[in-house]
Amino acid sequence: MEKTLDLFQIGEGGIVKRVSGEGQIKRRLFDMGITPGAEILMRKRAPLGDPIEVTVRGYELTLRKTEAASVVMEVAK
Amino acid sequence: MKRFALAGNPNCGKTTLFNSLTGSTAHVGNWPGVTVDKKTGTYKKCPEPVQIIDLPGIYSLSPYTPEEVIARNYVLDEKPDCVINIVDATNLERNLYLTTQLMEIDVPMVIALNMMDAVEKSGDKIDEKELEKRLGVPVVKISALKEKGLKELMDKAYAESKSERKGITVLEESALGHLIGDVKIALKGQNVQNPLFHAVKLVESDSIETEMHKETVQMINEFKETFEDEVFGNDFEALVADARYKYISKNFAPTVQKKKKEKFSMTRSDKADKVMTHKIWGIPIFLLILFAIFHLTFSEDFLYLGAIFKLPSLEDLGLLTAEGEPINYGVRWLACIYDGAVFSPGVIINNIWNDMLVGELFGWLGGLVEGSSMSPWAIGLINNGIFEGIAAVLSFLPPILVLFLFFSILEDSGYMARIAFILDRMFRRFGLSGRAFMPMIMGFGCSVPAMINTRTLADEKERTATVRVIPFFSCGAKLPILTAVAGAIVAYFHVGNADAITFLMYLLGIVAAIVSVLLMRSTTLKGETPPFIMELPAYHAPQFKNLMAHLWDKTKHFVKKAFTIILASTIVIWFLTHFSFAWKFLEDEEINQSILAGISQLVQPLFTPLGFGSQLGQYGWVFVVAAVAGLIAKENVIATFATLAACLVAVANLNIGGLDIAAEEGIDAVQAMILATGITVPALISFIAFNMTTIPCFAAVGTAKAELQDKKRFNGTLIFWISASYVISAAIYTIGSWWWTAFIWAALIAAVVCLIIWHNKNAQKKALKKV
Repeated sequence: MEKTLDLFQIGEGGIVKRVSGEGQIKRRLFDMGITPGAEILMRKRAPLGDPIEVTVRGYELTLRKTEAASVVMEVAK
Repeated sequence: MKRFALAGNPNCGKTTLFNSLTGSTAHVGNWPGVTVDKKTGTYKKCPEPVQIIDLPGIYSLSPYTPEEVIARNYVLDEKPDCVINIVDATNLERNLYLTTQLMEIDVPMVIALNMMDAVEKSGDKIDEKELEKRLGVPVVKISALKEKGLKELMDKAYAESKSERKGITVLEESALGHLIGDVKIALKGQNVQNPLFHAVKLVESDSIETEMHKETVQMINEFKETFEDEVFGNDFEALVADARYKYISKNFAPTVQKKKKEKFSMTRSDKADKVMTHKIWGIPIFLLILFAIFHLTFSEDFLYLGAIFKLPSLEDLGLLTAEGEPINYGVRWLACIYDGAVFSPGVIINNIWNDMLVGELFGWLGGLVEGSSMSPWAIGLINNGIFEGIAAVLSFLPPILVLFLFFSILEDSGYMARIAFILDRMFRRFGLSGRAFMPMIMGFGCSVPAMINTRTLADEKERTATVRVIPFFSCGAKLPILTAVAGAIVAYFHVGNADAITFLMYLLGIVAAIVSVLLMRSTTLKGETPPFIMELPAYHAPQFKNLMAHLWDKTKHFVKKAFTIILASTIVIWFLTHFSFAWKFLEDEEINQSILAGISQLVQPLFTPLGFGSQLGQYGWVFVVAAVAGLIAKENVIATFATLAACLVAVANLNIGGLDIAAEEGIDAVQAMILATGITVPALISFIAFNMTTIPCFAAVGTAKAELQDKKRFNGTLIFWISASYVISAAIYTIGSWWWTAFIWAALIAAVVCLIIWHNKNAQKKALKKV
């Protein structure tokens, strides 16, 4: 099943299929290791619901939901 | 001298390594044209001394942030003799991503595999010989923290620096390998240096490169038209990033043997984070930490022991003389630590420093000058101008240092990044990111370091907005003004409560800051909310050595700035208050004839809407003098109160009854000023508000100028400070004096807000039409 990263439940994991979006934000996501094939685990939401924290390539990354919305994921079974 | 550059990700131990290698030779400056720290130092244990340059911490060599551009240009243009790429061995994949880009540059290179102690502790193993073979670049295992392997690293780097190295790329096998090869040959034909690096960046459509090699872009565009990847289409930037990571996972990651099989196990850091950023407890914990920091730095009743146990004051204990002075030397020391309550560590350090060390020193020096045969004006200049200026700078040091120490601990432990994580949602409403919080809160200590701290903000507009509102977070030097005027209001008019007034004024500053940011971000500093894609480094105990190095850096920065500007401003004030236009030296009480008084009388009508202008009559200029002196340096306002009160007594034959106008707190001095001018309570409140929100001091102005770079932005900042304080104070005075004017203000504000919304909507429509 495909869905964007911002819609993930806590503890849910998956594999990046593609990254939509444009320019700087997209490049930044790539540079931080969110490239197709990367495994991502949704860790938590900030106390106010946004941003979110994920584990990718063995480290913790935080990004906003709006930014996570451009990451299309294949949900792990 | 040979030059080695340190390059690596943020949080990879680069600073620790730099400190270990260079020790006391470290020097912090700025990269030309931008406000990013440039650290250099000397390493002495190679056959010849080596200059070490600490490049900014970066994740990539993309053209988007100033840090990335600096690092990239330094390696390309300055051609260091060797690049030492520090790689966090606990997070090899992401760290090697930068490595694969650095490798493409024709420069000798060594990889320092850092944090090997942590890797070994977790039971993992890294085959560095195999990694070295696969990378084609020497790899040395080190632990920057335990200073292990540093000698080997530097010897290796020194050996490498003697030969040349041609760039290599991991992209050869990728779909774009051929194109990169062709572009490289073309660039080589044009005699371009570092052809491989430029070729790769050109293929990525990197904005800096396409500007530089316009002819060659054509070649890539032709290729692009014929190219179609099933995942990326012809987005080469994405393709290249993906190819790098793919290569790393396939070829480099296998050199790591993980002990544990489960992928997402809980480390100690994870467990700590579960509590610190907890859904419910995260925010209370954050507030508690913040409160603790301010309590430890500023509280005069540590842990509220005094209030709880009703501890006796020194006076109750009979340890003070009738004049309220300690009876002996021992009690003077005791008074630094205790008086009816135990002081917090920050206050104790402050007291000892100011009362015992700096106070004593300048008391003694002042006595020497006083006793000399110099002319009165020279004695005045040295004692009241220069010495007071130096003492003022020094007196600021303890609270700032203590505050810095706590903030460095937060930074070093990894909690600072979590603060940004917790607060981002709230700050985004105002068009800022969570990172803007730290500089703002530092403003409560001193605006100068707070403004320097805005460098952590990547977006220029966000930075400008933050620098502008920092003074609204009332700094240490403004507090005495608040307590003096608030105290005088309570003592003279018998209304209100001094603590409540002070607290409300702090609150006013915060509200003013929020409103101003909102206004600026929807008018002059409009722009997208900057992205927030940030690493959350693992928690670890702060390192004493790192903390001290950090503290030393910041202190040097502050002292340099403060010594020049604050010292100069006290001398300026002394001069303006002690000389008349006719070039005559004046005694303290003759301040009414001074240049400052002359200027103040001239501009006094301007302050009428604020309540301390023309309506105060003959002696009304005293408040203007204090306010104008405050523009130069806020700590001078209190001193001005005392001289102004003395002057009023001498000139106006003021009967001040039992008031002690020379008292340190300035409350009685302000009462004398109230007596002479008949100023009202709303006007006094407006006076405090003006001081809180206007141009903070010359030192902050100088810092803002250096940090903002752009001249227009700087001028805008000055205009903003002046107009904000004017409007806020005028509103307070008029509403306080005539309650119904609140409706006029409300209508005005509503009109302005409507105008902005209407204007923005129109601009949006226009933009849409264009598309």
